[in-house]
Amino acid sequence: MRHDVFIAGYGGQGVLLAGNLLSYAAIHENKNVSFFPAYGVEKRGGAAMCTVVFADGDTGSPVVGSPSVAIVLNQLSFDKYAAKVKPGGICIVNSTLVEADGSQLPGVELVAVPMNEIALELGDMRMVNMVACGAYAAKSGSLALESLEDALKKALPERNHRLIPANIKAIRAGAAAAMQRNT
Amino acid sequence: MSEKLFVKGNEAVAMAAIEAGCRYYFGYPITPQSDIPEYLSRELPPLGGEFIQAESEIGAINMLLGASATGVRAMTSSSGPGISLKQEGISYMAGSELPGVIVDIMRAGPGLGGIDASQADYFQATRGGGHGGYRIIVLAPASVQEMYDLTMLAFDLSDIYRIPAMVLADSVIGQMKESLTAHPRPQTVLPAKDWAVRGREAGEPQNVVKSLYLGDGEMEAFHWKMHARYQELAEKESRWEEVQTEDATLVVTAFGSTARIAKTAISMAREAGMKVGLLRPITLFPFPKQAYEAISGNCKNFLTIELSTGQMVEDVRLSVARDAEVSFYGRPPGAGSLPTPEELFEQIKKRYLNS
Repeated sequence: MRHDVFIAGYGGQGVLLAGNLLSYAAIHENKNVSFFPAYGVEKRGGAAMCTVVFADGDTGSPVVGSPSVAIVLNQLSFDKYAAKVKPGGICIVNSTLVEADGSQLPGVELVAVPMNEIALELGDMRMVNMVACGAYAAKSGSLALESLEDALKKALPERNHRLIPANIKAIRAGAAAAMQRNT
Repeated sequence: MSEKLFVKGNEAVAMAAIEAGCRYYFGYPITPQSDIPEYLSRELPPLGGEFIQAESEIGAINMLLGASATGVRAMTSSSGPGISLKQEGISYMAGSELPGVIVDIMRAGPGLGGIDASQADYFQATRGGGHGGYRIIVLAPASVQEMYDLTMLAFDLSDIYRIPAMVLADSVIGQMKESLTAHPRPQTVLPAKDWAVRGREAGEPQNVVKSLYLGDGEMEAFHWKMHARYQELAEKESRWEEVQTEDATLVVTAFGSTARIAKTAISMAREAGMKVGLLRPITLFPFPKQAYEAISGNCKNFLTIELSTGQMVEDVRLSVARDAEVSFYGRPPGAGSLPTPEELFEQIKKRYLNS
């Protein structure tokens, strides 16, 4: 089985860390992984995106034209990329910043999660990417939440390991929200 | 060392160089390869090695020439504009029969171009690049694992044949992260470097490393000797990957990042019931002619895909059977030009229906 997920937002939302976390989680589940960051003139506030492909066998192309799952963290990314999601796929949006309704994406399951609000409730807006990863794992069913939690040790530098419990909470909150709200 | 790591392609190159016993690196920063000097600047000094950020790419390649002349394993890396500056030094290394590894993480050009993935330096790499008529070994990795494996192979082949070796990749392969098994250096029997200039002990013969041949017939003899060595390389060291070519009526051929994208396009074609295969050269010099000869005995329809207006396609045309047709699809390098698997699948469909 080959899985691919496209993550987009603005610089500072933790798009690349989210991609790294999902990659480490997939490695934890013994998958082969390709993580392909959009590479260019990155800056805070600019566009940030990455693609993660994982599979039991060959990962094939690191470039994906029509992703089966997209995680969209801001309006600009939604307007630009949501329509690329494969028919039958899932588009997980950060509904705090994205206005979207299901009719815009025929044949695609739209999952709206107020990620900024959830992260803020848990004490830190910067955990928006963790909420997103939790929502992805729960909704796609392609990675276990435990793998994500384990992957935090590798995706975060050692000096930030004290933040792991808070991040685990954010991942779980994202997962719970994604399974509840589905518009 | 069997634990699966998760690293960038560029880091895998640097890790492999260290594992291959390279302790000397000379370079100058340029996107998209700067992770290589960054890694080695941190890791080489504690191992007793030397990391030098040279005054320029020209300085760096001549430091590589000097280090290689003493018989140690050494490396430099750069991208397009820097690789152009290194051509004089590479020509002198080729003329002096010196080994040495040069990593080229291609970016769009000509000139300063851009930092996006490119395969438009295929000609520069495979035709020698500098003056005088020589070739260098060119290896084209298509994954992070191959960035590791082929960098180690580059050191071995370069030492065995006394020809500079280049690892030729692009920003997709250099910047992406994949799982990597960092295995130990393979146990290859290597010839003694009895030609190296290390300081002569009493009674030892004098070694001279030079590329100046003024004697009657000397230069001509050098060329024929190297010509024979290039032929030996082609026979013994050509490497390629074939995917589902046995029953294919269309064979897609591409190297590096493009081959990776094509692989997924080919899976789509297979799912649609089309008999399509992939032939991916791993060595660009020597070009794996024998694979094209063999496959074109049965399959007469080839599609070459490159991130350029067509360079490798010329070698493909020179290698296939005369009655085989070779078509081309290219996306010249630059922001937004990287094709998707879906796009390549459309090209495959066009070619396949015509076959």
